[in-house]
Amino acid sequence: MKWKPLSFERRKQWSGVLFLIPWLFGFTLLFLVPLFRSLQFSLGKLVMLPEGGYVIDFTGFRNFAYALTEHAEYNRVLTESVVDMAVNVPLILFFSLFAASLLNQKFFGRSLARAIFFLPVILASGIIDAISNESIIASVMQGMTYSSDLSSDITGLSTSGLQSFELVFLLHDAGLNETMINYLSGAVDRIYDIISSSGVQILIFLAGLQSISPSLYEASKIEGATGYEIFWKITFPMVSPLILTNVIYTIIDSFADNELTQLAYTTAFSTLDFGLSAAMSWMYFIIVALLLAIVAYIVSKRVYYSD
Amino acid sequence: MNALRLNAITEKVKRWGWAVVRIVLIFGLSFVILYPILQKLAVAFKDPVDLYNRNVVWIPEHFTLRNVTSMIKLLDYEWAVVNTFSISAGVMIVQTMICALAGYAFAKLRFRGSSILFGCAIFTILVPPQTIMVPLYMQFKSFDVFGIVHLLTGKDGFYLLDSFWPLLVTSLTGMGIKSGLFIYIFRQVFRGLPKELEEAGFVDGAGIGRTFVQLALPNAVPAIVTVMLFTFVWQWNDTFFTNMYMGNTGMLLANKLSVMGPWINHMLTGSTNVILADPFQVSLLKDVAVLLMMSPLIIMYLFVQKYFVESVERTGLTG
Repeated sequence: MKWKPLSFERRKQWSGVLFLIPWLFGFTLLFLVPLFRSLQFSLGKLVMLPEGGYVIDFTGFRNFAYALTEHAEYNRVLTESVVDMAVNVPLILFFSLFAASLLNQKFFGRSLARAIFFLPVILASGIIDAISNESIIASVMQGMTYSSDLSSDITGLSTSGLQSFELVFLLHDAGLNETMINYLSGAVDRIYDIISSSGVQILIFLAGLQSISPSLYEASKIEGATGYEIFWKITFPMVSPLILTNVIYTIIDSFADNELTQLAYTTAFSTLDFGLSAAMSWMYFIIVALLLAIVAYIVSKRVYYSD
Repeated sequence: MNALRLNAITEKVKRWGWAVVRIVLIFGLSFVILYPILQKLAVAFKDPVDLYNRNVVWIPEHFTLRNVTSMIKLLDYEWAVVNTFSISAGVMIVQTMICALAGYAFAKLRFRGSSILFGCAIFTILVPPQTIMVPLYMQFKSFDVFGIVHLLTGKDGFYLLDSFWPLLVTSLTGMGIKSGLFIYIFRQVFRGLPKELEEAGFVDGAGIGRTFVQLALPNAVPAIVTVMLFTFVWQWNDTFFTNMYMGNTGMLLANKLSVMGPWINHMLTGSTNVILADPFQVSLLKDVAVLLMMSPLIIMYLFVQKYFVESVERTGLTG
C-alpha cells in the first residue's frame, strides 16, 4: 500500500479541522450538551437523588406557565428588561455614533479624550455598577454639590450628578410632545449609564470612520457639499453596516447583566428551582432572539454596502 | 471682493464656533465619565467625622488613610489581587490562542461544513450564559468527558468547582467569556490577509502551521492586542462565572466584593447585625473597595491605552 501525499488543498482542509478541535470539543461538551440539558430541565422538575445525580420529573410546560402566570415578579422583570433594551438601544447607537465622529476629528488633546472615552470599557462591570448604584455617599455628595435635599431614590436620578429640569422646560417651550420630552430628559438623566455601555460601540464606529477613504470627502468638498450633506450622503451610508453590528452587539450585551438574568440566577442557586430558572431564561432568550431577528431584518434592508 | 472676504470670515467663525462647541462637549462628557471615580477618590480619604460635615464635599478636612488600609486588610487585598491577576492573565493567553486558531481555520482553512460550524460559533454569542448555567455548573461539579471517566473508574468524574479549572477549561475550549465575538474578530482580520501571502509562504516551504505563526499572526497584532485586553478586563470584572464556579472560595476580588456587606458590618460593630452599623460608613467602605478593585485596571490602562486605542481602530471589526 502506497501513501499518496495529500494535495495542498487537502492538507489545508485537514489542518482546518485540526485547528478547530479545541473549539469543537468545547462546543459540544460545554455548549450543545448543556443547551440540550437546560431544555430538558425547563420541561420538568429536577429531583436530586440522595446517592448523587438527579432525575428529571417531566411536567411539560408547567414551569413556563408558572413563571408567566403565578410567579410574583417574573412578568414585571421580563417586560422591564425588554423595554429597557428597546429604550436604550437607539440612545446608545446615537450617542456612540456621535461620540465616534467627535473623536475622529482632529483637535488638541484628542488622544487624552479617546483614552477617557474608552475608560468605561475597562470599568463596566456588574459588581462595580451594583455597588455604585446603591452608594449613599454618592447621592449625599450630589445633594450637597447641587444643594438639593432630594436623595437619588426620590428623584430617580442616577449617581452621575446631572439633572435635567431646565431641559424639560426648554423642550416644552419648543413645543415637543410629552413622550419625546420624557424620553430625551430621561436620556440626559441616564447619560452615565448610556456612556458606560457604549464604549465598545464607539470603538466599532471609530474603526469604521477611519476606513472611509478621504478621497470621497475631498471630491464632495470640491463639488461644494456642506458638512450636513457630507454627513448624510457619505459618512452615514458608509458606516451603516456597522449600525447593524452595533445593534446586535448592544442587544446581546444587555444579556450580560440585567434584572432578569439576576432573577434567573437567584432562582437557580438560592431557591434551587433549576427547572423554573431554565424556563425563565429560555423564554427570555426566545423573546430576545425574535427581537434580534426583526431588528436585523429591518436594518439590513436599509444598509448600504459599498462593495 | 467684499463678498469673498465676508465668506472667508463666516467660514472662520463657523470653524471656531464648532471648535468651541466640541471642546465643551468633550470636556462635559469626559467629566461625566470621570465623575464617579473622582467622587470615590474624594471619599476614600475622608475621616468618618467629615461625612457629617456639610461643609466638606470634595476635599477632606480630616485626611486619613484608615479607610483604605482597613479595606485592604478586610479584602486580603494583596492575595486577592495576585489571584485575580493570575487567573485573568492565564485566561487571556489561553483564550487568545484558541480563538486565533479557530478564527484562522474559519477564514483560511475552509473545509466542507466549516461555514455551518462558523454559524454555530456565532450562535454561541447569541445564547445568554444564563440559559446554560445550571447544566454547566453540574458539568463542572462532576467533570467528565462524555462519560469516559465513569466508564473507566466507575466514579462520577472530577469535582472541579472552587478552583481555577472551570475558567481555564472553558477558555481552553473556546467557550469562555465572549469567545464567539473574539473568534469573529480574528476571522475578519485573517480573511483580509491576501492569498498571495500564504502562497508565497507555501512556495518557500512553510507548512500551514508555520504560515499561521510566522505570517498570519504578525499581521494580526492589533486584533491580538484588542482581544487580550478585552479578555483580561472582562475576566477581571466578571462576577457571574466566578461566583458560580468559585463563589465559596473568596479567592478573587469579584467574589469578595459581592459578599463584603456583612464583613464590613462585622468589622465596624463586631456583629453582623445590619442595624447597628452606620450606613454611611458602610457605603463609604464599599466605595473604597470598588476603588481598590478598579485601581489595578486603571494603572494598567494608563500604560496600554495608547497602543490599545490605535490597535482597535485597525482591527477587522469594520466587518
